[in-house]
Amino acid sequence: MNQTNQAWGSRIGLILAMAGNAVGFGNFLRFPVQAIQNGGGAFIIPYLVSFLILGLPLLFIEWSIGRYGGSRGFHSTPLMMQSMDRRRMWKYVGVFGLFCNIGIASYYCYLESWTLAYIFHSATGTFNGMNQHQVVQLFSDYVSIGKTTLIPFEPIVFFLICLGINVYILSKGLSGGVEKVAKIGMPLLILFGIILAIRAVTLKSGVDGAVYDSSVGLNFLWTPHFDSIYNPKVWFAAASQIFFTLSLGMGSIHAYSSYLKRKDDIALNAMSAGWMNEFVEVVLGGAIIIPIAVGYLGIDRVKELAAMGGLGLGFKTIPYLFSQWGHVIGAVAGVMWFGLLFFAGITSSLAMGTPVQGFLEDEFKWSRRKTALAFGGIILILGLPTILFFNQGVFDEYDYWTGSFALFVFAAFEAVLFAWFFGIKKGWEEINTGADIRVSRIFRFLIMWVTPVLLIIVFLGAVFTPVGNDWAAAFHGLFQGQGWIFDHGSVVGKLMNSGLKEQLASATDPGLIADIKYRILLTNLSRLLLVALFVGISLIVRKAYYKHKREGTI
Amino acid sequence: MNTSALILMLSAIVGITAVTGYFFIKVLRTKPKDEPDSYTDNDGQPR
Repeated sequence: MNQTNQAWGSRIGLILAMAGNAVGFGNFLRFPVQAIQNGGGAFIIPYLVSFLILGLPLLFIEWSIGRYGGSRGFHSTPLMMQSMDRRRMWKYVGVFGLFCNIGIASYYCYLESWTLAYIFHSATGTFNGMNQHQVVQLFSDYVSIGKTTLIPFEPIVFFLICLGINVYILSKGLSGGVEKVAKIGMPLLILFGIILAIRAVTLKSGVDGAVYDSSVGLNFLWTPHFDSIYNPKVWFAAASQIFFTLSLGMGSIHAYSSYLKRKDDIALNAMSAGWMNEFVEVVLGGAIIIPIAVGYLGIDRVKELAAMGGLGLGFKTIPYLFSQWGHVIGAVAGVMWFGLLFFAGITSSLAMGTPVQGFLEDEFKWSRRKTALAFGGIILILGLPTILFFNQGVFDEYDYWTGSFALFVFAAFEAVLFAWFFGIKKGWEEINTGADIRVSRIFRFLIMWVTPVLLIIVFLGAVFTPVGNDWAAAFHGLFQGQGWIFDHGSVVGKLMNSGLKEQLASATDPGLIADIKYRILLTNLSRLLLVALFVGISLIVRKAYYKHKREGTI
Repeated sequence: MNTSALILMLSAIVGITAVTGYFFIKVLRTKPKDEPDSYTDNDGQPR
């Protein structure tokens, strides 16, 4: 069995690290946008239902698989999952637990580096005196490598700094690095969140340039449109949000819990970390960006900005709005906002490094320092294309395949493995072993039937999403003999590059045509790179598996 | 704010904060397991 000298320092440290793993940019930028686009206040109903029937059961499953695998000496998902059932496919399913973390970290570290850069710009007063267009332009210049902002090659400089910080912390080990950062970062994140939320909900029209009271924004966010509950699209959005916010289907929760001994609790830990994430998302995430943005820009403009996603609001709009509060308060608010996002980001990216380190340590007996450097090297190589070709969609391509598609595939498989192959009897015993709370038997039923089936449905929904996400019209059209038209965002649509091909077909300008063709080329190349990554990890895992077979340790 | 938005917002905030607090306090109040447990900070401390 693989021995590790890694351990958690304290239970609180583990829970904060797990909550930090879950809390990310999405808590502050994605959740409020999803809510306003999917029924306002009524969104909380499908959202919380999804948390109870999808989120919590999956948290129990992932914590259990992790502790089970860890007790057999495995600290990453490939051999962890293989140890649960004799069928040889599971180690390849488990590869997703390394692939997702590497793939996501490759673009996530870049995103994280934006927050560092924006802390720097907020503190140095870059946004002072800028109008909204100039703030938007600064962001566009930042992500376009050729254009200089303040520092030459600024995005690469901040990416390298950010990656260096991650590697340094990871090299310090679990209790000496990851846990210490979580113990500092999470309380600071919550403190910054509370301060900004208080400022946001006390916004008054006519003060500091605000046009509307905060109540207008809160009304916009929370007014329930109950008819939306009957729309499957809203339920799909809620389930997806729960999935992303809890960092499910990645393999990082498994890695963290693999350092627990079998007699120690996972049930209460999972509940505590999961609900802490919900607190940050609903209570803090729902109280900052929308009230502030609506207070200054009005509902119609915020609707337009939200349609382009939460990142636009967070990086292109908020710095300008903070600058309306005066130089000092604006700078402090900017540092807090981007500091909060930085802590949300780094506690997640560290969780992405841990399974990779666990695998390298288990299989190659590498030191923590060496595994951290290896992780940094891989992320540097895979992350550079997302920086250099950001405007050509490479970043989005990584995000789609590793940060969405692969997560659903992995989660569906792990739920099926746990409930149907490992067996619900053993699985239930695993969840309850050492438990400090009594887990309701309803979860046994949910884990057995509801969660796997729901995940398979959600996955199929992502593969076959009809145009406009309008399922009723799609089925109607199908029965009328008009066929099934895939949405550009569906897995099938993505694979066929249907969105880009449509743009190409309608383009007349030669420059634009060449640009779209270049985008298609880079999109296909980035997919090839990701496939090569998956195959490469699979080959290493295969070798490791046969080594364990020979040694009789699996 | 309109009444339905206010009720929904307050219910969500109070409910989620209460459940989060409940589980976190439960973690703090639960007696540690006998050594050797998974955590190193309490090694050697009396139970």
